[in-house]
Amino acid sequence: MALAAPLSSGFGIWNPLLWLLVFVISLIIAYAVWRSGFSGYRKGTGRGRSYLSGNEEPAGGDVHIRAGNLYWGFTEGIKGYYQQVVPLHTGIMTDNLLWIFWVAGVLLVIVMVI
Amino acid sequence: MFLNLPFIVVVLLALIGIATILLKRNLIKIFLGLTILTSSVNLFLVTLGYREGGIAPIYTLSPAGVMVLPTPHALTLTNIVIGVATTALMLSFAVIIYRRYGTVNVDEIRELRE
Amino acid sequence: MISEFIIQNAPALLIAVPLLGAFLSPLIGRISRDVRALWVLAIITLTTLLGLLVAYLVYTGGTLIYVFGAAAPTLSIPMDSGGIPIRIILTLDALSALMVIMTVTVGFSVILYSLSSDSRRSGLEAYYTLFLLLIASVLGMFTTGDLFNFFVFLEISSLAAAGLVAYKVEKGKAVEAGLKFLMVSAIGGVFFLLATGILYGQYNALNIAMLASMIQWTPLDKLALVLIIVALAAKCGSVPMHYWTPDAYSMAPAAVTAMLVVVSQASLYGLFRFCFTLYGLTLTYAVIGWTLITLGVLSMVVGVTMAIPQKDIKRLMAYHSISQTGYMLLGVGVGLAVLGDQALLSSYGFTAIEGGIFHIFNNALYKGLLFLTAGAVILRIGTSDMNRMGGLGHNMKWTMILFIIGALAIAGIPPFNGFASKFLIYESVFAFNPILSIIAMVVSILTLASFVKVFHSVFMGPRLPEYADVKEAPASLLIGMAILSGLVIITGLFPEFFVQHLIAPAAHALADQSGYLAAVLGGA
Repeated sequence: MALAAPLSSGFGIWNPLLWLLVFVISLIIAYAVWRSGFSGYRKGTGRGRSYLSGNEEPAGGDVHIRAGNLYWGFTEGIKGYYQQVVPLHTGIMTDNLLWIFWVAGVLLVIVMVI
Repeated sequence: MFLNLPFIVVVLLALIGIATILLKRNLIKIFLGLTILTSSVNLFLVTLGYREGGIAPIYTLSPAGVMVLPTPHALTLTNIVIGVATTALMLSFAVIIYRRYGTVNVDEIRELRE
Repeated sequence: MISEFIIQNAPALLIAVPLLGAFLSPLIGRISRDVRALWVLAIITLTTLLGLLVAYLVYTGGTLIYVFGAAAPTLSIPMDSGGIPIRIILTLDALSALMVIMTVTVGFSVILYSLSSDSRRSGLEAYYTLFLLLIASVLGMFTTGDLFNFFVFLEISSLAAAGLVAYKVEKGKAVEAGLKFLMVSAIGGVFFLLATGILYGQYNALNIAMLASMIQWTPLDKLALVLIIVALAAKCGSVPMHYWTPDAYSMAPAAVTAMLVVVSQASLYGLFRFCFTLYGLTLTYAVIGWTLITLGVLSMVVGVTMAIPQKDIKRLMAYHSISQTGYMLLGVGVGLAVLGDQALLSSYGFTAIEGGIFHIFNNALYKGLLFLTAGAVILRIGTSDMNRMGGLGHNMKWTMILFIIGALAIAGIPPFNGFASKFLIYESVFAFNPILSIIAMVVSILTLASFVKVFHSVFMGPRLPEYADVKEAPASLLIGMAILSGLVIITGLFPEFFVQHLIAPAAHALADQSGYLAAVLGGA
């Protein structure tokens, strides 16, 4: 069927339907494993509560890790790069326009010389 | 020499326009710089359409001679209209920015950065 | 009879209908808000149908020519002009048709979305005028066969988009973004017009095909090409001329941002069109190809690294669109760099161009989807600051699912469409230069990382007390998003079908300069 043909790049092929099939099969296997487990869970007995060394569970807003704290390590790790790049985004309009003229000049030199 | 004079004026006008855009800090003056830059391109187009001894392309009662192709003039007219629209929109932006920020200095119009 | 008329004049109607709809909408809006909404919906539906019709005609019948004012719409060269096409002309080849399909699908979805999300704003009469004008101008940029008309549509799109970006004012911040965008566009427009003038002064023609048949590689042509590349690269937001992008994208209403993605792609289309069709083999393709590749790699890397520490959800996504633009520049740039070498071109050049073009198509779909989901979240909780979000997955399940589809697609996770186009780019670029391919993959990983950040901080976590009674996004928003996500999934599941029937003809149309010339000039 033409619709299900694999995508070919000339070097390799990729068939998303096959991938989907594998995904569905692994889901079925996971379901089978889950079904074969012991089902002794009863609702409303407090079994679902998290156990934090006997302490009370904190309120919702306190345990959520906010966006500003994510990837701190990544940004810290390549701090040198960010210290170079972030200050370029000054937000001043004329700086942005200056870049256009710079690129035009550099490109003109490259194209004219080569 | 005389025929090249308009092109020299075009380059000079363009340089004045670019310098005004990049060096002035007042928004209104930057808009004026852009208008000068646009005018230089308009002058360039009009100069392209100039033919020595050519006559206007109006067929009614036209004298004998070489007619000028009106395309560059049409382009110039279109660009003047577009330039007016752009300037009007920019000036209205400047009005709102002055009301909200209390300044028209580009160095201080940088709420959005990084 | 009427259908024949429509089919014959479809390319002109494609631009005329949204243009007419735009300028009538304030008038019709005076009756009532609902009538205006219906009018806008009718116009966009009609435009979509016309766009699909035009695309069908092009894909089945080859390049379509429409000449205004001629005796017959396909008569590009008047009898008495001595072989010079002087009239205003629309030229639609497969690439234009693909872009038209993209524009009308995204346009239809965002209008549907916007009719509900922006219904309570003031000043809607101007809003929809500008919106339809923006769609009309983008369609014009994709279909025109004339250098100056491209400039006119470019300027119309800049003005309309700047007005829409500034539309919300937001204590002046949106106006600031609009001003920055308009200033970059104005400089780009001046550059482009200067290039048009230079080419006209040398060859006395504005028709792209006519120019292409005569073009040399004189220093003036070089200057014109540099001006065109810089103007359009600045307009499509490639690093280092990208500074307007995050400002404009983050400040515009969500529906407008999704459309702005398409506007950027229109500039990108122009860039590719002029490099391949206007200059073709006359330009030093290796140098220009590497220029595009350099711009692309810079955009990919700087875009994604700047996105990771962002705190505003739409600003983060805006940096990602810069990074995605980089992929397209990389793919098509590789194709351009080997344009003169037929063996390399058929070995991996075409695949790279296909990947780049497929990515343009895919990006418009999933990027639009992501901006619309961000808009839905902002609409419901009233802030775009991710530090103040959390736990929204409990209340906004459908938005979350649609967001996941978009996020996985942009990160290039199978089986969504982002992977299909990135797969083509990776494999072909690897054959060209392995390092570029590795950079592209690393950028893809970082893209996934930053969308995990968005997903976690917006949708995951316990239900926050301040958002305990947030409601799911309204149905018409969800429908608009669902159309896009459905297309994301379909193009992801059947990539070869789309590549064979839509993308490959477009890539061949782009690389085949003589075909374009023959269609317009009649075998000359």
